Amino acid sequence: MLEANFEKKLWSFNLEGRFAAGNEIVVLWGPSGAGKTTVLHCLAGLNSPESGFIKLNGRVLYSSGERTDIPTRSRNMGYLFQDYALFPHMTVRQNVQYGVRCRKNNKEGFSFDPEKLLDSFGVGHLSGRYPRQLSGGEKQRVALARALAVRPQLLLLDEPFSALDKNTKIVLRKEIKRIHRDWQIPFVLVTHDEEDAMYLGDKIISLEKGTVREKSLLLMHTGS
Amino acid sequence: MFTQGFDWHPVILSLRVAVIAVISVTLLGLPVARLMARREFYGKEMLEAAITLPLVLPPSVIGYGLLILIGKNGLVGQALSGMGLSIIFTWWAAVLASTVVAFPLMYQSAKAAFGSVDMNYEKAARTLGAGEVRIFFTVTLPLAWPGVLAGLVLSFARALGEFGATLMVAGNIPGQTQTIPLAIYFAVESGDNATARTLVGLITIFSFLVIFWVNRRARSFLKTY
Repeated sequence: MLEANFEKKLWSFNLEGRFAAGNEIVVLWGPSGAGKTTVLHCLAGLNSPESGFIKLNGRVLYSSGERTDIPTRSRNMGYLFQDYALFPHMTVRQNVQYGVRCRKNNKEGFSFDPEKLLDSFGVGHLSGRYPRQLSGGEKQRVALARALAVRPQLLLLDEPFSALDKNTKIVLRKEIKRIHRDWQIPFVLVTHDEEDAMYLGDKIISLEKGTVREKSLLLMHTGS
Repeated sequence: MFTQGFDWHPVILSLRVAVIAVISVTLLGLPVARLMARREFYGKEMLEAAITLPLVLPPSVIGYGLLILIGKNGLVGQALSGMGLSIIFTWWAAVLASTVVAFPLMYQSAKAAFGSVDMNYEKAARTLGAGEVRIFFTVTLPLAWPGVLAGLVLSFARALGEFGATLMVAGNIPGQTQTIPLAIYFAVESGDNATARTLVGLITIFSFLVIFWVNRRARSFLKTY
């Protein structure tokens, strides 16, 4: 369960992030420049809001009142970057292992088989390749596997389909829905595409110049 | 090429001085460059100008400055002599001179290289649970490697060729502080052209090989990513 209620001053307007997410896909929908990515950055701790709070499964990650601001590395969130940000100097396998190696040092190690995880995303045969040798769709699958390898309590996805052609996008949209069913954690997905929002969103929040509104699309979606 | 009884001391000393200077330049330069590439703070531009200054100052000015600093009556010199140490006119002074003049080259290359690493990679590493030190060694440094390597080579070359400041703070003591550039200068001065020629040949071939190797490495790196 993610609870967010914060404000962030951007150069031209005030951004309000006010929403909650259970084990569902929340879509932040809005035009570019509306502050969607900033909301994700605030949730992940890559950026700090001015006021308010962010809680994940009851744990306070940010609170202006309590002066808490947990660093990104301890927030236990997965983040799928718009350009995937796969480490170019590591193989697919090393990319997926990166997060697990980081956590092993400070926390209890869990059994982890990178090949098995990659297999479940349909990219097991690519584990020895470097990111530059992958197609856009393959990169996204690897990036998803990497983000989920650390068993996050929340997955953030920033415009996951913007770099993909139509057919790949349709396949991967379906894939993300399936992954969500399997993992049972809240997903917060940012998109400017109405169709993606309607297809994926259990809840759609529209963001326009920082103002938050529950979208009427929601009714159309849940009604259908 | 080598006449009997060729004095290898300057060669060995030069290499030793340059290697130690490059190690100190790296240990000092990489953290400073990393900080300056990503952080903004008050007085950053002033600090940056001060760091780069040894690159544009005449070596004699640096030599004089170091003399004042580590000389018998200098600030550092007095502190050292309190501990029973003196580095002036020893080969450690040559290391110091080389370090000071080579530092800006390492700093400039490394800073440009760190700055050009896409910040999204570092952010991604952070979301995967990595701390800042781990990110530096596993993400930033490997991706900035061609630039850092260029900095290593440039500062090594600069340290190897240091003449003016070295002469002023370390002197020209054969077998003790006489590096290749000094040995060449004083060999020519005293009409010993055979020694001068040999040393010039050695340092030219060595420098050529190093730069050749680095260029090849940099190209193979660019092919990989």
